[in-house]
Amino acid sequence: MNFDLTEDQREIKDVARQFLESRCKLDDVRKAADAGSYDEGLWKEICELGWPGIATPEADGGQGLGMVELATICEELGYACAPVPFMGSVIDSLVIAAGGSAEQRARWLPNLATGEVRGAAVMVDSAPWVAIDTEGATVVVTPDSNGVGRVGEASELEIVPLDLIDKTRSYGEVASTDGFGEELPPEHYQGVLKSQVALSAEMLGLAQRAMEMAVDYARDREQFGRPIGAYQAVSHRCAEMLYAVEETRSLVYYAAWCADAEPETLPLAAAMAKAQASEASWSVVSSSLQVHGGIGFTWEHDLQFLLKRARTDGRLLGTPKQERARVADLVGV
Amino acid sequence: MDLTLTESEAAFRDEARDWFAKNHPGETPRGDEKVEFEFRRSWQKTLHDGGWAGLSWPAEFGGRGASLIEQTLFNEEMGAADAPLPANVLGLVMGGPVVIAHGDEAQKERYLEPILSAEEIWCQGFSEPESGSDLASLKTRAVKSDGGWKITGQKVWTTYAHEAKWCMLLARTDQDAPKHQGITYFLLDMDQAEVEVRPLRQITGEAEFNEIFLEEAFVPDDNIVGEVGAGWSVAITTLMFERAGLGALAVVGLGRAYEELLKLIAERDVGSDPSVRERMAKLKIGLEAMRLGAMRTLTATMKTGIPGPEASLGKWEWAVLNQEMTDLATEILGVDGLKSDEEWTYRFLRSRANSIEGGTTEVLKNIVAERVLGLPRLR
Repeated sequence: MNFDLTEDQREIKDVARQFLESRCKLDDVRKAADAGSYDEGLWKEICELGWPGIATPEADGGQGLGMVELATICEELGYACAPVPFMGSVIDSLVIAAGGSAEQRARWLPNLATGEVRGAAVMVDSAPWVAIDTEGATVVVTPDSNGVGRVGEASELEIVPLDLIDKTRSYGEVASTDGFGEELPPEHYQGVLKSQVALSAEMLGLAQRAMEMAVDYARDREQFGRPIGAYQAVSHRCAEMLYAVEETRSLVYYAAWCADAEPETLPLAAAMAKAQASEASWSVVSSSLQVHGGIGFTWEHDLQFLLKRARTDGRLLGTPKQERARVADLVGV
Repeated sequence: MDLTLTESEAAFRDEARDWFAKNHPGETPRGDEKVEFEFRRSWQKTLHDGGWAGLSWPAEFGGRGASLIEQTLFNEEMGAADAPLPANVLGLVMGGPVVIAHGDEAQKERYLEPILSAEEIWCQGFSEPESGSDLASLKTRAVKSDGGWKITGQKVWTTYAHEAKWCMLLARTDQDAPKHQGITYFLLDMDQAEVEVRPLRQITGEAEFNEIFLEEAFVPDDNIVGEVGAGWSVAITTLMFERAGLGALAVVGLGRAYEELLKLIAERDVGSDPSVRERMAKLKIGLEAMRLGAMRTLTATMKTGIPGPEASLGKWEWAVLNQEMTDLATEILGVDGLKSDEEWTYRFLRSRANSIEGGTTEVLKNIVAERVLGLPRLR
């Protein structure tokens, strides 16, 4: 029994952290958000590193690593709040790998793995149907937990751009998938569960970063002649952030491990991870804003990018309420 | 990362499971505390004969030398089998380890075997009426006398004091030293007229704990563990013993209670109530987070000797979860959840202490803030 990253997994995570620290500072996030576009240079480098295909089987042109490795990358991309179309392409890859025909796999997976094409994803479980990473997407999947999903060319689907609070990613709205693309059998849903884990890992990174920012600020900021972190009203708030972050870490990496090693436990593990990560990342970023006080509420402060991304992620691929309902069903309440 | 058990871990678990199946003592008798305690004393003898008492103790001192993971697996099996706790919990978890780590040869010779066999029960005299969270401010005073020390003061929240032969006692031997440095760790013989034990009735109506009044109680020099004045560090290092193992036991206990709660929900037909479903889902998520956190702590401790940041959370999580679980159960029970003889009502009241005993949640938050997050100290 060993609940820790292996040396190789740790290495992947550390390298990702170092790369993003130098290549994707919060200033860069702001530039992309202000421009309303992705950081294309960063995305190109990420594709060269092979991250989009990290969990895609080697036979399909990927690196053939597992969900734990993918989760470490997602966590670091969340920590950096990176403005790249990563998640949409990863969701497409996971869904097509889980349910796609040989032809669909051959057509899409190798190109998604290299970043040659970008993917967008639309969850059609509950309205409104929000599409993730629409800008520049060539392929779209529309997974559905109730049965048949779809995959096809983005140009064949009517996607209306959506102006959401999160400016680090592009979103759209889809009214109908009637007649769109090709069908994906129910097995594709295993890919959605994995996508939930990936998105939860991203939220873990967002929460970790927001907590570190709060702690740094609480150490530096002085009021009434001492650092505000010396006051329990502030320090206990920070301790509660650690509670939320570490519980999330346990549940996210457990779910990632289940996805590869115990797929039968993935439905419950993914639902728990998504509910927890959504709830916890929001509570941590909003609590971090409170620790920052007025400065955290200003446009010029970078916390807003984490806050808005966490709020949005929490609503995508299943809300906490929906995921808790799944948990209740699965434990037999 | 691999959460499956290795072959030898699985073999150990199977051995423990098998042993519990063959040796389980049956239902613990309720009602008479004395009878219950003797039942658990005899159960500990059975454990000892089977070679399971002192699981973490090195084999040379009569223990099993089990690794942390084996301790965890054993405790999981003990919980799964619903076996009672051994009578001499504090001796096994704290007294023995403290003597092994800090005691001299004569002390090891004298004290260890009777702890394992439950022949001599141990209790812990740390907290005082005016020294709870701020333990180092304790006032119980030890004055040098011929061949030993005379100790005067009051201790509180002492479990098993009325059954105990030995008390792990912290007392101040130097009034002038800084508060952490003037404390000495004594082993007090409870069997003397200068020690008075009074039961402390709690809101559940029972008396799990006691107060101890000391009026010039005598402790010979030989009964000091570690050096005079070094009691604080002796106490602190041993407060950490077997935390990981006990964490696993707490996880199993909560898991069983959750199963019972599921049954209750079915019996009372409230499974379609959205608020019940929502709370049960949150509880499940919290229970899993705590179980997995304990596994992470175990891994980190075995690899590096240093638990990770999640290690400070187990006790805190346990209190949150147990209080919420018993709150939900008694709410579902309605008026029955207010009745004195209802088991859930008892647990509901008992769980109010969970966020106080063994470190209040507020102190745990201070520890996380200062030692894990590196925030400035309060003082």
